[in-house]
Amino acid sequence: MLPLAAVVAASGEDGWSGFWSAVSNPEAVAALKLSVVVAILAALVNAVFGTITAWVLVRDRFPGRSVVNSVIDLPFALPTIVAGLVLLALYSPSSPIGVHLAFTRWAIFMALLFVTLPFVVRTVQPVLLELETEMEEAARSLGASELTVFRRIVLPNIMPGILSGIALAFARAVGEIGSVVLISGNNPFHTEVASVYVLNQVHSGQRAAAAAVAVVLLAISFGILLIVGGVRRLATRHEYA
Amino acid sequence: MRRLGLRGVALGYLAVVLLGPLAMIFWKTFEHGFGPFWDSVTTPETLTAFKNTLLITSIAVPLNTVFGIVCALAIVRRRFPGKGLVNAFIDLPLAVSPVVVGVSLFLLYGRGGWFYGPFADNGIEILFALPAMVIATMFVSLPFVAREVVPTLREIGEDQEQAAHTLGASGWQTFWRITLPSIRWAVIYGVVLTTARCLGEYGAVAVVHGYKMTATLQVQDYYENFNQSGAYGVSLMLAVMAVIVLVTMILIKPREVQG
Repeated sequence: MLPLAAVVAASGEDGWSGFWSAVSNPEAVAALKLSVVVAILAALVNAVFGTITAWVLVRDRFPGRSVVNSVIDLPFALPTIVAGLVLLALYSPSSPIGVHLAFTRWAIFMALLFVTLPFVVRTVQPVLLELETEMEEAARSLGASELTVFRRIVLPNIMPGILSGIALAFARAVGEIGSVVLISGNNPFHTEVASVYVLNQVHSGQRAAAAAVAVVLLAISFGILLIVGGVRRLATRHEYA
Repeated sequence: MRRLGLRGVALGYLAVVLLGPLAMIFWKTFEHGFGPFWDSVTTPETLTAFKNTLLITSIAVPLNTVFGIVCALAIVRRRFPGKGLVNAFIDLPLAVSPVVVGVSLFLLYGRGGWFYGPFADNGIEILFALPAMVIATMFVSLPFVAREVVPTLREIGEDQEQAAHTLGASGWQTFWRITLPSIRWAVIYGVVLTTARCLGEYGAVAVVHGYKMTATLQVQDYYENFNQSGAYGVSLMLAVMAVIVLVTMILIKPREVQG
C-alpha cells in the first residue's frame, strides 16, 4: 500500500494547481482519453464475444471443447510484451495476412482485445454452469422464442457476471502497457496511451507529470474495484432473496 | 443450426484473436530455420536476461506464496479490524496498471522519496537495481495465491481443524497436518499463476530496471535495436513457458475441484 500512497503524495507535492496543470497538459489529456475510449470499446466487444464464448463452452458439446476452454487463459499466461511483438508482426507492413494496422489506434484496440479476452468468459462461465435449464425449458414450452428466452431468462441471470467481467477487462485495458508499447508507435496526441505517457515522463525525469497521470489511473482502478464489489454484493443479494 | 452458428462465431473469434498470434510466434522464430533461433537465445545478453528473470521469480514466488496463505487464513479464519479493507485491497494489484506500480516505487525509493535516505545513506541500491525489480514483481503477482486459497478454505470449513484442536494439536500441527494438505492444490494452482505473472511481468519492471534486463525487457530492447531474430527467439522461449503454465493449470484443475 505504501508505494501507492507515495504516488498520491508525490502528485500533491506542488499543490492542487501543480497536479491540475500536470493532468490538464494537452498530451496527458489526449493519452488518458485514448486509453479510456479504446479500453471501453475493447471491454464491450469482449463482453459480446465473451458471453457467446462462455455460452458455447457451457451449453454446446463438440470435440476439442476442453482444449478451447484452456486456450481462453492464454492471454493471462503469455507475457504481454510477447503478445505485443506478435501482434506487431501480424499487423505490420510485412504482415503475412495483409492487414496493416501497426502504429494506428486500431492496433491498440486489437492488442487490448487480446489481453482482455478471458475476463468476461471467466466471469460468465461459472454463472451459466450453475444456471438450471428448467426455467428456459419452461419459457420455451410456454411458447417463448429463443430470443425471448435469452433476453428474459438467461441475460438477467448472467448480467452481474457480464458487468464485473466488463469492469475487470476495462481496468486491465486502461492501464495496459506491455502489449501496446511496441505496436502503438507511441505517437503523442495520436497513439500514445496513458501508461506509455507515464513511462515516458519517468524516463525523461518529469516526476510530477508521471505521478499526476499515475494518480488518475490509480483512481480509475479504485473506482473499478468499488463497482465490482458493488456488483458482487447485488448478485449475492439476488441469490438470497 | 443456431447452435452451430454460435459455435462458429465463438471459435472463429478465438481463432482470430488468440491462435493467430500464437502461430505467428512460431512462424516468425523459425522463418530462417533453427540456427538463427539458437544463436539468438544463447547470446550473453539473452542468457543474463533470463538469469535475472529466473532470479526475480525465485525470490518473489516463495515470498508471495507464504504471504498469500497467511493472508487467506486471516481473511477466512480470523476477525480483525480492517478485515473488509484487506479483503478489498488484496485485489488491487490486479486492477492497477503495472506502470503505476513502477512509478510508485520510483517515487518511493528515488531521490527525494520517503525511503531514499535510509538506503542511500548505507550505500544500498534499490531503484534501478534488482531489489526494486523484485519488489515490483512481487507487488503485481501478490494476490494470486490468496485468491485461489480463500474459496477453498471457505469450502473445507473448520470442523477438522476444531477436531484437531480438541484432540490437543497445537496451531502449527493443525496447520501442517490438517489445513495445508486440504488446500494444497489451491496453493499449487496459485503458485503456477504467480510464476506465470512473474516471468511475464513487463510494465512495472520497465519503470525501475535501470540497465538490468529481464527476458521481457530484452524482447523490447532487441526489437528496438532491429534484432528481429533475438526478439522472436526470446519471445518464443517466453511463449513456451506460458504454454507449460497453461498445461500445468489444466492438469491441476480437476484435482482442485475434487478437493
